[in-house]
Amino acid sequence: MKKFIGFVKKEYYHIIRDPRTLFVLIAMPIAQILLFGYVITNEIKNASIGILDHSNDEITKQISSKILSSGYFKLDASINSEQEIHEAFRKGKIKEVIVFEPHFSEKLKKEGTAKIQIIADASDPNIANLLTNYTEAIIRNYSNSITTQNTQISLITPEVRMLYNSELKGAYLFVPGIIAMLLMLISALMTSISITREKELGTMEVLLASPLNPFTVIAGKVTPYLMLSFIDACLILLTGYFVFNVPVNGSIILLLAECLLFIFMALSLGILISTATKSQQAAMLISLVALMLPTILLSGFIFPVENMPLILQYLCKIMPPKYFINIVRTIMLKGGNLSTLWSDTLILAGMSIFFILVSVRKYKIRLE
Amino acid sequence: MLPVIFVMPIIQLIILVNAATFEMKNIKLCIVDQDLSTYSRNLSSKFEGSPYFVIEKRTFSAKEAIKYIDRGVITAAIVIPKGFEKKIVRNEKNIKIQVLVDAINGTNAGVSQAYIVSILQDYNKQILSKLLPANSPGNGIETSRRFWYNPELNYKTFMVPGILVLLITIISFILSGMNIVREKEMGTIEQINVTPIKKYQFIAGKLIPFWIIGLFELAFGLTIGKLLFDIPLVGNLGLVFGFAAIYLIVLLALGLLVSTIVNTQQQAMFISFFFMVVFILMSGLFTGIENMPEWAQIADKVNPLAYFIEVMRMILLKGSGISDILYQLFAIIIFAVIMIWLAVWRYKKIS
Repeated sequence: MKKFIGFVKKEYYHIIRDPRTLFVLIAMPIAQILLFGYVITNEIKNASIGILDHSNDEITKQISSKILSSGYFKLDASINSEQEIHEAFRKGKIKEVIVFEPHFSEKLKKEGTAKIQIIADASDPNIANLLTNYTEAIIRNYSNSITTQNTQISLITPEVRMLYNSELKGAYLFVPGIIAMLLMLISALMTSISITREKELGTMEVLLASPLNPFTVIAGKVTPYLMLSFIDACLILLTGYFVFNVPVNGSIILLLAECLLFIFMALSLGILISTATKSQQAAMLISLVALMLPTILLSGFIFPVENMPLILQYLCKIMPPKYFINIVRTIMLKGGNLSTLWSDTLILAGMSIFFILVSVRKYKIRLE
Repeated sequence: MLPVIFVMPIIQLIILVNAATFEMKNIKLCIVDQDLSTYSRNLSSKFEGSPYFVIEKRTFSAKEAIKYIDRGVITAAIVIPKGFEKKIVRNEKNIKIQVLVDAINGTNAGVSQAYIVSILQDYNKQILSKLLPANSPGNGIETSRRFWYNPELNYKTFMVPGILVLLITIISFILSGMNIVREKEMGTIEQINVTPIKKYQFIAGKLIPFWIIGLFELAFGLTIGKLLFDIPLVGNLGLVFGFAAIYLIVLLALGLLVSTIVNTQQQAMFISFFFMVVFILMSGLFTGIENMPEWAQIADKVNPLAYFIEVMRMILLKGSGISDILYQLFAIIIFAVIMIWLAVWRYKKIS
């Protein structure tokens, strides 16, 4: 035990005396939370649009002002003809053009119909779709309202309730994701690199020849990272709570226990990677491709799993972060407890045991 | 290295392009129809017909619908209350429909809500035209949509150019930086330091292979994008490669700069990873820059990734020419000059 503590101390000094890494370890969670909280948003605000009004009468002016006062759009007045649309799109100046046909209100009165064309730059299909949807909704709202002005007919209005996150804050979604990502980064990536580093530099030989039990060596190597990961997880939870008011509705003890389970899983993955690789570069690339990519993309962190094609949805099912993110979200936002989360927890525990068993089998005490 | 160069682009393109989508289809919906009338059935059939929704569940109690949302079975529920039809026929004021949305993913919830409201408005219009004489003012405004450059709204053609940028960025930035640090860590850099090789020769020799690999990756990635995802490639490819060549210089210099600050590969990786994540998240790859707050838009002026992604999408999807991208081109050239100067200045041949 004394040997073990001594070894942990050595590893601890390795980390603590490297201010650059330490800075990143502390700055990373905070920077990421702030970025996700303020920057990553698909919410449309002030999208530049052009209005090509061939009619310029009472009704078209009213519709235009309705559209521009909605807060979604901002007028870029430079469009005067159809030919200019292409150029403006190519320069990336505007996203959408609304074209009113000539004699708009006359036609509407005489023939009963008048046309509005909405042209969108669909090189970003998602934004194009949203913008045209918003525009259409505003126009339809306008047309319904002038119809009902003259008659007594009333309309059906939706009463929307946003559950768990009434202000539609992005933070609710990504705080659990960032925890998963950073725990994965520190636990799996850093451990795998730090173990392969000893191999690459040849110091592993020294450690194996020392009176330390090889398992003590490994345990000693991972313990400081375990503590670091845990501190980072708490840091993220605190930042989320104080900066973005992300609540912890469920049991905080359960949440921290689940974090520990996930760290344990990630550490065993890191050990497994280090037993399979010889150089730090290889360890890093495997970790990046096999761990970070799935953690960020295939876990429902940023992109909802249900929007993906079926094959990827199955692939998501074998990714540990998916279960962890679900657990964290359920505990924090829905206030869930173990009775709803036992299956996810069991899957995570099973995965860690599996990784440990495989790495014990693959771990070589002797050098080749 | 070789498998990385060939396998990584394929894996990245296939997985990223398919996974990284905000495209909302098949929103799982529960319809709580407590009225069971012609009108309520009409309304729910509107949701059935929409490509955005899948009716996952039907029940009669709103409580049960909330339970489904709790368990994550559905994302939204629509509650049509009892007496819905009567109220419409009697022409009562304030006919309400309850919409419940799982809002943990705020953005998605907003979009789901917009779709639901738009269907309701459509339904309103239908009711109005049924109850009103045909020529009532306002009821005849027709809108039509045109989606230029991507009429089918294929999200993949949008993602491929951006992901290609990500790909060559990772290869050139992280690997080049680590490569030099590796020599430091192994001690072999001292052997190089005692040779008569000049500082600029060493730097050029280290970086040129990655520059070539980066350009090769781009060509390889574009080929895969064309073959697998059928991205349009409207614009001038020469322009794409020209811009990429300058962009790669910026990135390689940045990698070199990182390698001068750190001592071990672990540090190099960690620091590069940190900056990469910040650059990528702010680059407009996943979410548009114009939706970001003002300070972020200003900060993005020094984000080389943002320029390259924008240019790639402009040229490849819209066919923008050199006159359309002059601003971005100037910016990236200025970056290149500054970064090279900085990196060479920081790099000392003495360790």
